[in-house]
Amino acid sequence: MLAQPMDELQSDPTQYEAYLENIHKIYQMGSEQVRALDGVSAGFARGSFWAILGSSGSGKSTMLNVLGCLDRPTDGRYYIGGRDVSTLDDDDLSEIRLRHLGFIFQSFNLIPQSTVEENIQLPLYYQGWEPEKSLARARELAGMVGLGERLGHRPMQLSGGQQQRVAVARALSNDPAILLADEPTGNLDSRTGEEIMALLGRLNDEGKTIIMVTHEPDIAAYAHQRMWMKDGRIERIEGKPRSR
Amino acid sequence: MIQTRHLREIQLGIKNLLLHKLRSFLTMLGVVFGVGSVIAMLAVGEGASKEALDQIRRLGSNNIIISAAKPADEQTASNVRGFMSIYGLLYEDERRIAEGFPSVKRTVPVKLIRKEGRIGERSLDLRVVGTSPDWFDLVQREQVGGRVMNWSDIKENRNVVVLTEWGARRLLATRSTIGQRLRLGGDYYEVIGIVRSEMSSGGGLRTPDENVDAYIPINVARQRYGDVFTQITAGSRSREMIELHQIIVEVDDLKNVVATADGIEAMLQRFHPKKDYQKSVPLDLLNQAEATQRTFSIVLGSIAGISLLVGGIGIMNIMLASVTERTREIGIRRAIGAKRRHIVRQFLIETVVLSTTGGIIGIGIGLLIPFLITAFAGMPTYVTPISLMLSLGISMGVGIIFGLYPAVRAANLDPIVALRHE
Repeated sequence: MLAQPMDELQSDPTQYEAYLENIHKIYQMGSEQVRALDGVSAGFARGSFWAILGSSGSGKSTMLNVLGCLDRPTDGRYYIGGRDVSTLDDDDLSEIRLRHLGFIFQSFNLIPQSTVEENIQLPLYYQGWEPEKSLARARELAGMVGLGERLGHRPMQLSGGQQQRVAVARALSNDPAILLADEPTGNLDSRTGEEIMALLGRLNDEGKTIIMVTHEPDIAAYAHQRMWMKDGRIERIEGKPRSR
Repeated sequence: MIQTRHLREIQLGIKNLLLHKLRSFLTMLGVVFGVGSVIAMLAVGEGASKEALDQIRRLGSNNIIISAAKPADEQTASNVRGFMSIYGLLYEDERRIAEGFPSVKRTVPVKLIRKEGRIGERSLDLRVVGTSPDWFDLVQREQVGGRVMNWSDIKENRNVVVLTEWGARRLLATRSTIGQRLRLGGDYYEVIGIVRSEMSSGGGLRTPDENVDAYIPINVARQRYGDVFTQITAGSRSREMIELHQIIVEVDDLKNVVATADGIEAMLQRFHPKKDYQKSVPLDLLNQAEATQRTFSIVLGSIAGISLLVGGIGIMNIMLASVTERTREIGIRRAIGAKRRHIVRQFLIETVVLSTTGGIIGIGIGLLIPFLITAFAGMPTYVTPISLMLSLGISMGVGIIFGLYPAVRAANLDPIVALRHE
C-alpha cells in the first residue's frame, strides 16, 4: 500500500477501507453557495492511522461527517470496504454507522442518564444483542480501557479522560472497520490527551483503521499519515502508512 | 428475543421518566383526571338511568299493554243524567289479538273492579283484578305464600282470590291469610295465595299491579260483577260499560314487539271507531330511555373527554420540551446507528407509559369518586366494565396520538445539527 499524493491514488475502491471519489458537498447559505468539499478524492487504507488537519472552514469536519455517513455528499462517490454507500437512504446509512463505524467526539457525547456499561452497550442494544452477551462485551471493553471498576458510574461522576475512554470503548463495541475521531483530545488536558492518543495508537497497532480530525499538530503527530485541508480541497498529504 | 427487547425499551422509557419524577407526575395528572372524570361521569349517568331502565324491564320488554281509555267526547257527555258511556276493550279484541297475530304468544285479559274487601271486621278498598293464570307468568312477582291462580280455577268458576302481601297485611294483621274467606261486594272468596307487589314510581310509567290488588278468575269477575260499572261521585252518578280494562300481550320475540304493537293498533282502529284504548310498549319506553341515557352519557363523556384532550396536549407539550432538551442525546443515538424508527419508538414508549400509568391511576380515581358520590350524596352510580376498558384504551391512544408528533420531530432531527446542540 502506497502513501498517496493524489497521483498515486489507486482507482480501485476495494483496495481501501474508505475511499472518496471526487466528493463535492455544497451548502446553500442564504443566497450563497458554500463549497465545503470541492472535489475531494482520497483513499484510507485498511489499518492506517490518519490525521486530517486544517483551519476552521477548511472542510475537515464536513469530510469527517461524510466519512461517518452522517452527511451525504452532493456529488461524488464514497465507498466503505469497497461498497458504494453514497446513494443509500437514511435507514441504510444508520445501519452502516451501526455495523461498520465507531465515533469518538471532542465532547465525549455519552448519554448522561446511562451508566458506563449502558453507554458502552448502546450500539449493541441497537444491534439487538442479547443482554447477557452484550453486558459481557461491555465489561471486557471497559476492562480494556481501564474502567473495569467504574461500570455502574454515570458520566458526570467520571473525569474527562475517563469519559473519553468510555466513549472509545463504546466506539469499539460494534467492532467497527473504521474509528472516526473528531478532536478526541480537544476537551482534555495534555497529559490525559496523551493517554487517549496512546490508547488510539494501541488500537491502530492492533489493526484498527483510524481517521482523526484535529487542528493540533502535536496530536496529529500520533497519526502515521496527515492530510491538510484548505477551502474544501486536500492541500497536501504527508507520512507513510506503517509497513506491516 | 423480541419480547425482552421491547421490555428493555419500556424499562429505558420508565428510567427516563423517573429521572424527572415531578415533571412526569405533573404531566400525568392531566390524563389521571381526564380518565377519572370520564369514568366517574359515565358511572353517574349510568347509575341515574339504570334504575329507570330496570323498572321498565320489570314490566317485561316482550309485553305490549293495551288499556281502555275514555274518549274525550264521552267525558263531557257523562255529565248528562242517565248517560252510560260504553268504551274500552272487548272480549272479542282479546280473541282477535290472540288468534290474528302469529307472533303473539299469549294474551292476558284484565278486568278492574273497585270493591271493598272484608275479612271479619277489617275492610280495605281493593282493586279487584279479574284475569287469567297467565297474569302471574307475565307479571312476575315473588310468591309469598299459598299458590297462584290456575286454569282449573277458571274452568270450575271457583271463587278464589290472590292477595298482595301489602293488602293481606292490612286485612289480616296477625292471622294467616291463606284459607280465609274474603268478602268482595256480595260474594265470598277463598284466599289461596299471596304475592308481592311492585309500585312504580318514576317515568310516568305504571306497573300493571298495585298494592291493593285482589286477583280473581276473569270469568268469575265477569259473572259476579258484569260489565257495567256505576260510579258515584259527589252528587252525580255515572255509568260506564267496559268489557276489559287491559289486555297484556306477550310477544314471542323481542324483535317482533314493535311490529306486533303496530299491527294490533291497526286492527283495533278497524273495530273501534273512537280511540277508546291506549297502547303502551315497555320496549319503546326502554328504547327511548336508553336513547336518552346514551345522549346523557355522550354529553357527560364529551365533557370528560375534553379534559382527557387537555391532558394529552399537556403530554405533547412536555414531550416537545423533552425532545428539545434531549436533542443532543438523539444526535448521539443517531450517530451510533439508531434508525429514525428507534427514536420514534423511544419517545412513543415514554408517552404511552406516561399516559397509561396516568390512565391506571385515573381508573382508581374513577372508581373512588362514584363510590364517594354514592356514599355521601346517596346518588346511585354504576361503573360499567366497558367504561374502564374504554378509558384505558383511550389513555393509551392519547399517549400514541400526542406522542407521535414530538417523536417524529425528534427522529427527523439532522444528527449533525443534533450533535452540535448545546
